[in-house]
Amino acid sequence: MDFLNALVALSNFVLVPAIAYGSQLALGALGVTLIYGILRFSNFAHGDTMAFGAMIAVLVTWGLQAAGVSFGPLPTALLALPFAILGCIILVLITDRLVYRFYREQKAKPVILVIVSMGVMFIMNGLVRFVIGPDDQRFSDGARFIVSARDFKEMTGLREGLAIKTSQGITVIVAVLAVALLFWFLNKTRTGKSMRAYSDNEDLALLSGINPERVVMITWIIVAALATTAGVLYGLDKSFKPFVYFQLLLPIFASAIVGGLGNPLGAIAGGFIIAFSEVTITYAWKKVLTYLAPESLEPSGLVQFLSTDYKFAVSFVILLIVLLFKPTGLFKGKVI
Amino acid sequence: MSEPVKNTLLFVVVGALILLTGFTQSWNAAILILNMGLISAIMAIGVNLQWGFAGLFNVGVMGFVALGGLAVVLVSTPPTPGAWSSGGYGIVLALLLGAATVVAAVLVATRMATGRMRTLTIIGILIAGFFIYRAVFDPSVAGVEAIDPAIAGNLGGLNLPVLLAWPAGGLLAAGAAWLIGKTALGLRSDYLAIATLGIAEIIIAIMKNEDWLARGVKNVYGIPRPAPVVGYEVELQQDPAFLARAEWFGLEPVTASTLSVKLGYSLLFMIVLLVLLWMAQMALKSPWGRMMRAIRDNEVAAEAMGKDVTRRHLQIFVLGSAICGIAGAMMTTLDGQLTPSAYQPLRFTFLVWVMVIVGGSGNNFGAVLGAFLIWFLWVQVEPIGLWLMNLITAGLPDGSALKAHLVESAAHMRLFTMGLILLIVLRFSPRGLIPEK
Repeated sequence: MDFLNALVALSNFVLVPAIAYGSQLALGALGVTLIYGILRFSNFAHGDTMAFGAMIAVLVTWGLQAAGVSFGPLPTALLALPFAILGCIILVLITDRLVYRFYREQKAKPVILVIVSMGVMFIMNGLVRFVIGPDDQRFSDGARFIVSARDFKEMTGLREGLAIKTSQGITVIVAVLAVALLFWFLNKTRTGKSMRAYSDNEDLALLSGINPERVVMITWIIVAALATTAGVLYGLDKSFKPFVYFQLLLPIFASAIVGGLGNPLGAIAGGFIIAFSEVTITYAWKKVLTYLAPESLEPSGLVQFLSTDYKFAVSFVILLIVLLFKPTGLFKGKVI
Repeated sequence: MSEPVKNTLLFVVVGALILLTGFTQSWNAAILILNMGLISAIMAIGVNLQWGFAGLFNVGVMGFVALGGLAVVLVSTPPTPGAWSSGGYGIVLALLLGAATVVAAVLVATRMATGRMRTLTIIGILIAGFFIYRAVFDPSVAGVEAIDPAIAGNLGGLNLPVLLAWPAGGLLAAGAAWLIGKTALGLRSDYLAIATLGIAEIIIAIMKNEDWLARGVKNVYGIPRPAPVVGYEVELQQDPAFLARAEWFGLEPVTASTLSVKLGYSLLFMIVLLVLLWMAQMALKSPWGRMMRAIRDNEVAAEAMGKDVTRRHLQIFVLGSAICGIAGAMMTTLDGQLTPSAYQPLRFTFLVWVMVIVGGSGNNFGAVLGAFLIWFLWVQVEPIGLWLMNLITAGLPDGSALKAHLVESAAHMRLFTMGLILLIVLRFSPRGLIPEK
């Protein structure tokens, strides 16, 4: 029995990565949920929007690095983030003006908008591959760890080390800031309130003089900022690869739906639920259990419920369970 | 210009484009486009059945196509010697135990009264079932995968003629579709989309990782051909009758044999396409087809008329997926190998959607036309893009980084072009090239 070592191993391999991944998913899911709440369709291009924003961040980071600018121990990508957000905002506003607005005016069915977003997805995907190519790109720099496993062992004298990557720390801090800012905006400002009113009851909002085009524009701006932040954080934590962002679409949608589509609080909760389930189910528990169990009962296998290749299956199963038993999601969806 | 004339003209134009490829590039390339166009047309018929007839939003086409490919391996390859005795039966037993666990949990969920007791029983059954399943499954899999891993390591198939694998692929896809439809149909359309997107990813993950099934990412090679129709190049090149015919056409024996093999496939695919097209057309005109469209256009009204909407949706979802499975089996037969990592959602799900929408959803001929046209463009956009890029960058000095990057990136033009075509069609001709009647 070695409870402390077990706890450290658990934090190192499960809690810390899951919190970071959960924050990234939550930011992504917030974007999906906002689009759903205001524009009322599931945006299939969201993963590629994230990829586009992250791509600009990568390019600007390279530019800054070449110019000798750095951010001390923090990754230069954080300096590039505002530019990336700006670039992404411009792209989604152009997309809205050229593509989505037409269907909004026609009052097209939501499913038509979903198909339209498939077209946008192709174009954004092509654009990203065209500019930066389909390969892995590394753009993280600065200090790699806040706490490295070796330092932790020396500090505490425990056998297990706890490593916290800079990218993980930054992810959590930036995500908390972004979410706080979003909720302040939605709940306290006039524009935010008009967005919630529009999402709640479109006709009533129009009647009280809310300008729908302005609400839609603000939504796209927020979504672009959230998507870019999520994309950059994910890229810093893992690595930037266009196709991976497309694959993130599934866990992101699962997060948004599990929490209740259209509900920002639900999107955050959903993000963490999905992330924690994915990590705990695909983690090999042998190490933690060896510390906890008496010697005679030590597990012989890896005690891994599913191989990591099936992590999508985890989000999918949770999604199905929630849809079958509580179709509106854990938090009541449809209203922001 | 009357309706039939216009439609015929559209088909003639696409046919001419493929012929043009034959004259300007090579006949090999042209027949390749034709063959994949035929397969794509079958996939498009399947998606059109679901979307055009019934308004079901299935974005898991890739999964059903891949299942068709899996069926080819399971039906037509020879069994691995010793695989069944060293673990094959154990795997089957484990899968049955897993299925029994799920069935037991579902039975408890439906029979017992709601409450904490029920939840605990279900969780208990699932956990116990999972550990029993793993205890039987893991050693059996290890046993199978240990057999000659460099060339086998899987169960192998039934060694039946490959043509039988095509309907088998349809059946396998239909079975999977039934399971998915049973749970996910009846949900809102967005949810069905996400559910099918997820299931497709899971099917691919299983095919990549379960080596005992079809060797995972190690791929299965040497899938037998539907030999009597297609034949093998080497045999043809030694056949005097064939050589005489080749000479009469004025072709080299090697070229003639590859062309003959590919045309054999074209013939088979054409037969399947025509049969399926005829069936889809009959279905569309039948009372059943009218009912489907009535449900699509107004579910509430159809339900009020006594139509069981969920059951009808399940029916057409299974049928459409089965057609995609048949197409997938045909594609794997054409390739002669199964490569799970080649299945990409953009290529196998979303491109089929572009085909259906551009061709005209709700119209079978539209779907077929769209399939040929989009497949032609998918293949040809790359060389056209390269040519265009070379033209644009002609003014730049050789060896400049920008020029190199632009020319290299031309390969990625196809996704961009497909998105553009989809958006333009949706905007200016939302009913497609051959609209629904």
